[in-house]
Order: sequence, then structure tokens, then C-alpha cells
Amino acid sequence: MDKALIPEGVKRCPLPVFGLWMLFLLAVIAWGIYAGLTVLIKGLNVTGLNNYFGFGLYITVDLGIIALGAGAFFSGFMYYGLSRFFPRLKELHKIINLAVIVGFCCYTGALLVLLLEIGQPLRGWFGYWHANVHSMLTEVIFCISCYAIVLIIEFVPIILENRKLDAVKPLHIFGHNLHEIMAIFAMTGTFLSFFHQGSLGGVPGVMFGRPFAYRTGFFIWPWTFFLFTLSAMACGPAFTALICRIIEKVSRKTLVDRSVYELIAKVTGSLLLIYLILKTLDTLYWALDTAPGFGFKLSDFYEAPYGMWLLFTELGVCGVLPVILLLTPQTRNSNGLLFLGFFLNCAGIVINRFVMTVQALAIPVMPFDQWAVYIPTWAEWAPCIAMLAYGAVIVSLSYRYLPIFPREKELNP
Amino acid sequence: MSGSAHSEHAESKVRYGMVIDLDKCTGCGACSVACQQENNVSFRPDESDKLRTLSWMTLYRLENGADYPDYRVAMLPRPCMHCDSPHHSPCTFVCPVNATIRDEHTGIVDHVAVRCIGCRYCMVACPYHARSFNWWDPTWPKSMEAMLTPEVSPRMRGVVEKCTFCHHRLNLARDRARLNGEDPDTVVYTPACAEACPTRAITFGNLKDPNSEVAKLAKDARAFRILEKLHTEPKVYYLSSAQWIRRQSDNNL
Repeated sequence: MDKALIPEGVKRCPLPVFGLWMLFLLAVIAWGIYAGLTVLIKGLNVTGLNNYFGFGLYITVDLGIIALGAGAFFSGFMYYGLSRFFPRLKELHKIINLAVIVGFCCYTGALLVLLLEIGQPLRGWFGYWHANVHSMLTEVIFCISCYAIVLIIEFVPIILENRKLDAVKPLHIFGHNLHEIMAIFAMTGTFLSFFHQGSLGGVPGVMFGRPFAYRTGFFIWPWTFFLFTLSAMACGPAFTALICRIIEKVSRKTLVDRSVYELIAKVTGSLLLIYLILKTLDTLYWALDTAPGFGFKLSDFYEAPYGMWLLFTELGVCGVLPVILLLTPQTRNSNGLLFLGFFLNCAGIVINRFVMTVQALAIPVMPFDQWAVYIPTWAEWAPCIAMLAYGAVIVSLSYRYLPIFPREKELNP
Repeated sequence: MSGSAHSEHAESKVRYGMVIDLDKCTGCGACSVACQQENNVSFRPDESDKLRTLSWMTLYRLENGADYPDYRVAMLPRPCMHCDSPHHSPCTFVCPVNATIRDEHTGIVDHVAVRCIGCRYCMVACPYHARSFNWWDPTWPKSMEAMLTPEVSPRMRGVVEKCTFCHHRLNLARDRARLNGEDPDTVVYTPACAEACPTRAITFGNLKDPNSEVAKLAKDARAFRILEKLHTEPKVYYLSSAQWIRRQSDNNL
């Protein structure tokens, strides 16, 4: 039965090996579910959150994973939208299925963690019913759920390409027709994800009572709205490429042409460069104008353990360095340096999300108040790690049973 | 642009506000205890973790940093500031479910516990840490349950809560005014903290009424507000003649 499900002409590891891998992942997920149930039953008192740190690891991981999952929307935008004008982008066809699957894992995983994050999970639907149109979080709630639905719609035709399912004629016709209109969903997803990424940036940016996070901006949107969107575009495809490389390493196969990695490196490197320039300008304007207007200096915001090293790591080690690695032809030719570039790109964006949520809250705004430090507990780590395991399960099953890499057969004769 | 100057709330003739005279405050904590009792704020047997304490009226300790004999200390009671910034208060602006809203007829920033989803965005947005989250189910010793205030609903686990300027007392005062044939919009009432203060350091009333004591005190030369530079426009004013206290009201004042 297992062999009958595996795409024709490709090799997969023996079922017992795959079964053991699945068992390991399911054990991690079970640990996460146990932690999640503990949070739901006992309440958020089992986490490291407190009245100063209303936002913590859950939100950081959500913001990080949503940014990394942006490969789905941005690759879709490039492939279905921009490739008409830039034919070289048609190369992304070779990785677009994986981008959709990774995006699906990231968005649905983030939704699961968000369920734990709110104190009254049964009232999650209030976000639609009592929506406050001024709140960036309302925009987040609408966009994340709508885009998750779009990703499910985008994932369905990939699932229907499974050998056995494809043999069922009505499913084949349905899947084929879905493929035909996929550009519409890709563009809808682009629109939704653009606003979702942006409103996640708006969440800290509009808090005018929090000088570290607050940003001026354009019309109703703070600059962080655009910076978050741009940084997600810069790291999303890089994360897809990293996942693809990990699958290649584990399966010991070549799954996409190197030209795809080259293309992603050039695109993400260029976007990261533009982001870095704008982020630097934003930081300078904030440090020289916004913060002093509130009576703060830049150094006031960086104290141990959230010291200046975070700023240097985010913008230097995980900003300037990956730009050099991804945009220099010599370093791009080296596999090690190329994927180091992708990794640092992703790490920098995750640090940015941490800084804008957790560090932003550590800084006391009232002069007579004190610095606080936040340490997550196992009840926060476990669901977040389980979410990664959930993503690994989906990607593993998809790789084994679905033809997600169109060039696999030719590249591995 | 967020927090910019255009006004979205209609001008009303009532803006309830508070003035706390720090020169009179002895830091006895009566305001905090009265608030807790009046508003059914629950507590835990071990309250040593102050970052998870439920507190609507927190007392901050201010020090002048000098050595003895010049060492000085003062206590600063901090209720919710009921920010009156023109666009929105920092907390009402961000709540995704309209659980915290400003009543534009009174200026009181309310919080609807049964609508709150516990996302804690309001806590994050408030620079005064005026909001507490219910980390546990609220409990009281059996002997205290009969003493809970019937006009105030206890809040459940997983929602945020904060000072409401005892608006249940306002509602009672308005009901009394209606029964007496008076204008309910001009009633004066006293929150529990102001009533309990033994030194009369807390004054409460309508800031828009030029004849009210609170309006006069708010214009006193000793008056200041915390974090004026943020333009959250608190409706809680403090009085002090000590420069070292006033310096701590805002960053690099």
C-alpha cells in the first residue's frame, strides 16, 4: 500500500525508517499537546508571562514563523504575477509546491499556538463579532484566518496529485481545475498576506505609549508595517530554500536545479539589502527624533540581558553579512556560504520579531519603574517545538507521497 | 498617523478626573486596600510575585537618591490614568474586541471583562502598567465572600482588569439623581480610594467644571502628570512641591 502511494519513478526510504521518524515527530507533538492542554486547563499561570510581559515566546514564535512562511505568498506573487514580466522567475515553478506546503505549516501552526496565547480561547471568535476596526490585532485576526483558508485551497490540488487520488477521475478533474485557477488564489493570498505581515508590524508600531516600539508612519500605518512586510518577503523564500536543502541532505537527492537557489539568493539578497537600508534609516530616525521626543536616548533601550549586542547581531551579523553572502557571485557559488546566508537572513528576521515584542516590554517607561526580564517556561517551549514537529510531519508526508518536486525524476536518474 | 492630534470623541461637559497630593500622601495604602475591597479584586495566599499581582491602585516608592541625612522618600499611588488623548487612549486603540472603551460622556476608560479575550494587548500598550491579568481563578477566603461588593462583578481567569474610577458608584449616583429629579449628567461622586484616604490626599471630580475642587487643583502650580511627553493626556494629576519628585514624573524632564 505504501509503495502504491509513492509517486512513480522516485525512490523513498524504507517504510520502517519513515515510521520511526514519524514516531519521533509524533512524540514531540504529543509533548506539545500535553503542554497545550496544561495551559488550557490550568491557565496562563504555567507560562513565564506576567503583567509586564503580556507578550512572550508564543507571540515571538508566531511572528517569526509567519515571516518565515511568507515564502508561500511571495513565491506565489513572483511566479503567478511577476513571471509574465520577468520570465526568469518561471524557474520558481520547481519549488513553488514546497513553498505552499511550508506556508501552510507556518500559518496553521501559528494559529494553533495563538489559541494557547489568549486567556479566553473559547472567545477567540469575538475578534470577528466585536471587531475593533482601529486595532491592528483585528486586521491580524482577519488576515491570518483568511490566508490560512487560501493556503488550504492552494494545498488541496497538490494533495490531489497523489498517485492513488489522481486515479479517481472526479478528483483528478477537480484538482486540475483548481490548478487552472490557482493564480487567482495566489494573488488573493498575496493581498491578504501583505496586510497580515504589515499589521503584525503595526502591532508594536502603533503603541504610542511605548516609545521603544512606537513609530511614526504613513497615513494610518507606522513604518514597522512596511518593514515587517519587506523583511518577510526577504526571508520567506530563503526559508523555503533552507527547507528544500534540508530535504535534499536527508534524502541524499538533488530536488531542484541549483539555478533555483541562485535565483532565490539574488531576490532575497536584494530585498534584504533594501530592507536593511530602510531599517537603518528607520532606526536612525527613531533614535534621533522619536525617542528623544519622549525623553529617551537609544542606549536607554538596551540594557543587559537585552543589550546592544542584539542590535548589532540583528543588523550586522544577520543583516549585512547575509547580504554580502547572497549577492556576491563568489560566495554564492559555495554551497556552505550560500546556505549560511539563507540561515542568517532568517535568523535576523526572527531576532527582529523578538526585539519588537519581548525586548520592547522590558524597558520601563515610567522613570521610577524597574527593568524586568522574561524567561519562558517548558509550557511555552513545548507547543512551539511541537509546532515545528507538526511542520516536519506535513513536509515529510508531502515529500514521501506527493510529487512536489517536478524535476526530481530527471535530476536523480 | 497613530496618536496624532485630531479628535474623534465628541466634547462632553463631564471629564471625571483625580488629583493626588503627594505632599499629603503618607503611603499608608488605605486607598489600595479600599479599592481592592470595593471592586472585588481577588488575591492569593502568597503575593510575593508582584509581577502577577492583581492591583488597581499600586503604590510606587520614589527615592531622591541622596545619602542620609538628605535622603527622601515618597509614595506615589497609581490608579488607571484614564488617558484622554484625542485620538484614542493607548489601550482602547489596540483592543481587538472593543473590550476596553472610553465613555465619551464621562471620560472614564471602561473594561468589559465578559468581552475580553485575554490577548493582553492593552497591558502591553499601557505605559503605566495600570492593567493586571487574572492569572488564576479568583478566590476569597470563605469568611470574605459575604463581604464582596454586589455591584461589581468578579472577573474570571484569563481576562484583564483595571481601575474604573469606581463607575458603579457613578451609576448609583446617577440613579439617585434621576429619582430626585436632578440632572444625572452633573452628579458628583467619590471613588473608594478618595473616600478612604485618611489625609484627604485624593480629590476626585469633574475636571470640566471650573468650580470643582479637582479642576482648581489640576491647575495648581504644584500639579503635574506622569509621562506628559507621551501625550496620553492622563486625567490623573499629581501635586508636589518637591522638585525631585516632579523630575521623576517624566523622562529627562
